[in-house]
Amino acid sequence: MSDHIVKAFDEELQTLKNMLARMGGLAEEELARAIDAISRRDGALADQVIASDAQVDALEREVEERAILVIARRQPMASDLREIMVAIRVSSDLERIGDFAKNIAKRTHAVSEDYPRRVMTGITRMGSLALEQLKDVLDAYVQHNEAKALEVWRKDEELDALYNSIFRELLTYMMEDPRTIGLCTHLLFAAKNIERIGDHCTNIAENVYYLVHGHPLTAERPKGDVTSITPMVTPEK
Amino acid sequence: MDTKPTLITPANPAIMQARPVKVRARHVNVFYGDKHAINDLSIDIPDRAVSAFIGPSGCGKSTFLRCINRMNDTIPTARVEGAITVDEQDIYDRSLDVVQLRANIGMVFQKPNPFPKSIYENVAYGPRIHGLAATKADLEGIVEKSLRRAGLWDEVKDRLQSPGTGLSGGQQQRLCIARAIAVDPEVILMDEPCSALDPIATARIEELIDELKQNYCIVIVTHSMQQAARVSQLTAFFHLGNLVEAGDTDVIFTNPQDRRTQDYITGRFG
Amino acid sequence: MSKISPELIAKRYRAEKRFRIYGMAAIAVTASFLLFLLVDLTLKAHPALFEHRLSVTVTPDQVAFADPAKADYAKLAKQTLSDLMPQVKDRAERKALLKLLSSGAADDLREKLMANPALIGTAVATDLLLSDGADQYLKGYVTQVRRTPGDASLSLAKSGEEWTANAAGLAEGTIIKAAGGALVIGAAGTAEVILSPQGDGPFMLQADEWQRVEFAVPASERGMDDRQILLLEALQDKGVLEKGLAWRFFAQGDSREAELAGIKGALFGSIMTVLLTLVTCLPIGVGAAVYLEEFAPKNRLTGFIEVNINNLAAVPSIIFGLLGLAVFLGTLGLPRSTPIVGGLVLALLVLPTIIIASRASLRSVPPSIKEAALGVGASHQQAVFHHILPMAIPGILTGTILGVARALGETAPLLMIGMVAFIADVPESFSDSAAVLPVQVFLWSDLPEAAFRSKTALAILVLLSVLFLLNATAIYLRRRFERRW
Repeated sequence: MSDHIVKAFDEELQTLKNMLARMGGLAEEELARAIDAISRRDGALADQVIASDAQVDALEREVEERAILVIARRQPMASDLREIMVAIRVSSDLERIGDFAKNIAKRTHAVSEDYPRRVMTGITRMGSLALEQLKDVLDAYVQHNEAKALEVWRKDEELDALYNSIFRELLTYMMEDPRTIGLCTHLLFAAKNIERIGDHCTNIAENVYYLVHGHPLTAERPKGDVTSITPMVTPEK
Repeated sequence: MDTKPTLITPANPAIMQARPVKVRARHVNVFYGDKHAINDLSIDIPDRAVSAFIGPSGCGKSTFLRCINRMNDTIPTARVEGAITVDEQDIYDRSLDVVQLRANIGMVFQKPNPFPKSIYENVAYGPRIHGLAATKADLEGIVEKSLRRAGLWDEVKDRLQSPGTGLSGGQQQRLCIARAIAVDPEVILMDEPCSALDPIATARIEELIDELKQNYCIVIVTHSMQQAARVSQLTAFFHLGNLVEAGDTDVIFTNPQDRRTQDYITGRFG
Repeated sequence: MSKISPELIAKRYRAEKRFRIYGMAAIAVTASFLLFLLVDLTLKAHPALFEHRLSVTVTPDQVAFADPAKADYAKLAKQTLSDLMPQVKDRAERKALLKLLSSGAADDLREKLMANPALIGTAVATDLLLSDGADQYLKGYVTQVRRTPGDASLSLAKSGEEWTANAAGLAEGTIIKAAGGALVIGAAGTAEVILSPQGDGPFMLQADEWQRVEFAVPASERGMDDRQILLLEALQDKGVLEKGLAWRFFAQGDSREAELAGIKGALFGSIMTVLLTLVTCLPIGVGAAVYLEEFAPKNRLTGFIEVNINNLAAVPSIIFGLLGLAVFLGTLGLPRSTPIVGGLVLALLVLPTIIIASRASLRSVPPSIKEAALGVGASHQQAVFHHILPMAIPGILTGTILGVARALGETAPLLMIGMVAFIADVPESFSDSAAVLPVQVFLWSDLPEAAFRSKTALAILVLLSVLFLLNATAIYLRRRFERRW
């Protein structure tokens, strides 16, 4: 896209983009480390992750402030206006993603006792899938690549399916051995958090679509998460 | 005459569905001598709504505006081709009287241009030459009504006999609007009516335009995209004598379809 | 701080100061020329404002003045003057005495009696106008006179028709004033009478009872001979001469006699001519300007007309005179040297100026006003006559009045149509022969009589005043119409 006549406007938009890229990088790293911490039950790493979330939060506030300033100063129109609105929304999504990662890290301490290793593989796989989604959607955002964004948007189904299977699996564990209920509940929450991160990634993908096309993505997203409607099966004694 | 404008974005603007067409232009070409000022322009302009023409200087928006009340007739070298209708009546028809047409289509200009006469005379002039008032009381009634509609009555009612040029810029412009609506037109053309005014006076005029759209078909040419976005329901973007894009203002300013429109409204024109 | 060097700034200021000084110098030079002109004219003109009269009382005889319209007023005037100088009996002396009176000396008396016939038969106080020569002498323009008291006693006696005068050191050719008369000393005690003494003498006069008189200008170089001057002095000694305002200058037409010549005819001629000019060329000029500026199509023909109008403004005025001569006098057969022809010729002369000024003025009306009028549905003509023309009026008026002022001062074209003729009457209609001010000035400046010189200057001042008045009117009208709302 050609440059604005007012160069300062371009610079302001670029700064905003740079901040979001940094924020995306931080969120990505935070998520990766949180998954790593919980899968390896590394309490120290978890603490680092918890501490780093403050940075993401601060960046979100800054993005919001700057975006408001740009609106006040430049009265952006059309694509510029969308750019800024999307930046605010994406930053808020990233902040939520950071929060979820922090929450996952927090649970590391709770799950540090002995637990079936098999259970962890599901979480790790979900984590890496979510990480991949986040990475892709951030790329799509930076490149204004709506095809890539749509891909992420569709792929969320996989994450949902994975979450479904983990949900059932953990349910089975809890039914088999009621002593694992505490542990499994934590893991269930962690899995849910990852699933939510995936949802935020689709949000970002939708925003990328809006950014490029100027109208919201109205099609119904394929939903893979059926846990909310999965009947609670009471094991037969 | 075909019934579809050449380019309307989106294909069917919401405002055109909500309002009848007041002004219809089809394949309009305007030449100033050898200069091709407007190139094959087709557009529908809705009644009881504000339509804004935007575009860089020299893009033909004012030229087209002046075609609607045949103000271009006063320029000897100007030549208009194609068809423009107001209420389905061809305004370039030979049987149509241009004076009649202009009485029906008021115009407000870029610079406030009250006559060097009293406030009262400014407003009363139009009705008087058209014989709209039978008695002095009628005329006074028209003057008061017009000034009230223009939101100027309270400010000038005690000094109707003082000179119109003694008012502030914004008041002068509202006086010009009062003068335009005194002859009870159906269409009001405004050629950058706020470009010489400060922001407060501009806001007053915009508020007035917003009120007037209940009763009139208003067409405004403006250099301020914000103003077009604020006051209009339909926006048309002109560039180099072409109508590039026209559509609901909401769409034009958030999601224009044409790259040139996009570049212009986001301040990227090179 | 500033990157501009202080020298450069100082240089700029110096240049500005220099320019101002040039400007002021130019103004000063112009003003001093103007001042010189005005002062010079005023000094030259002021004698013409006064005249000398014989203040007398006459009793018009009821028989001779039975019909005041036909009576011989000149005779009464002459008789009155003769009665004042009883010692003048000699033919030559009497002729000289009567020549002191203007040929129109009795005009005032005539007017008085015509206005009021009841005065006939009673004693009427009246003025008898002196001739221009006498008037000039009394104003001190003919010659200086030196009077020296006699330095010895003088004996003056008449023997037969000859007078003898004897005094110590009395040289031949000396003019003496004695015993109410005046004589020139001849050879061997004889004396030639210039003005008869009162009585036949002999007189024995003491040194302080007679005077020697010397004229600075020799008799051959002045319009008044010695006798006339001495007669005038005798009258002056009697105290019957009076100096008054020469109101007749403004109340009478031209005359061959300098003391009677007035400017009224020319003034009226000028006013009528200019009035006719104004009435003809204002509507035509403004109409043409409005048409050319607002309605005419812009094509080769109108362009050609425009160029020609501009050229006409630069055509020498005498050409217009020739045109007037050919068209108005030749083809149309209008009467010569009348305000009607003069007015038409001057209208031709002024027309281009008015058209150009009016067009410029019309063009200076902002187009937004026209658009505003058209925008509310006024027709083109309504827009022009309701809005554009009223706003252009100040400029049009200024142009018109400047043009008319030029017409007022114009001489050359009027010469061609015969307005250079001598016309004594004040014109009463546009088809009466008339003079105009500038031509009057031209005519008078050519005349030999000294009195006409000051009249010329005064006529110029009148012309200037009329011009000044016209310009003042222009300024006043412009201010009035320029009341921008």
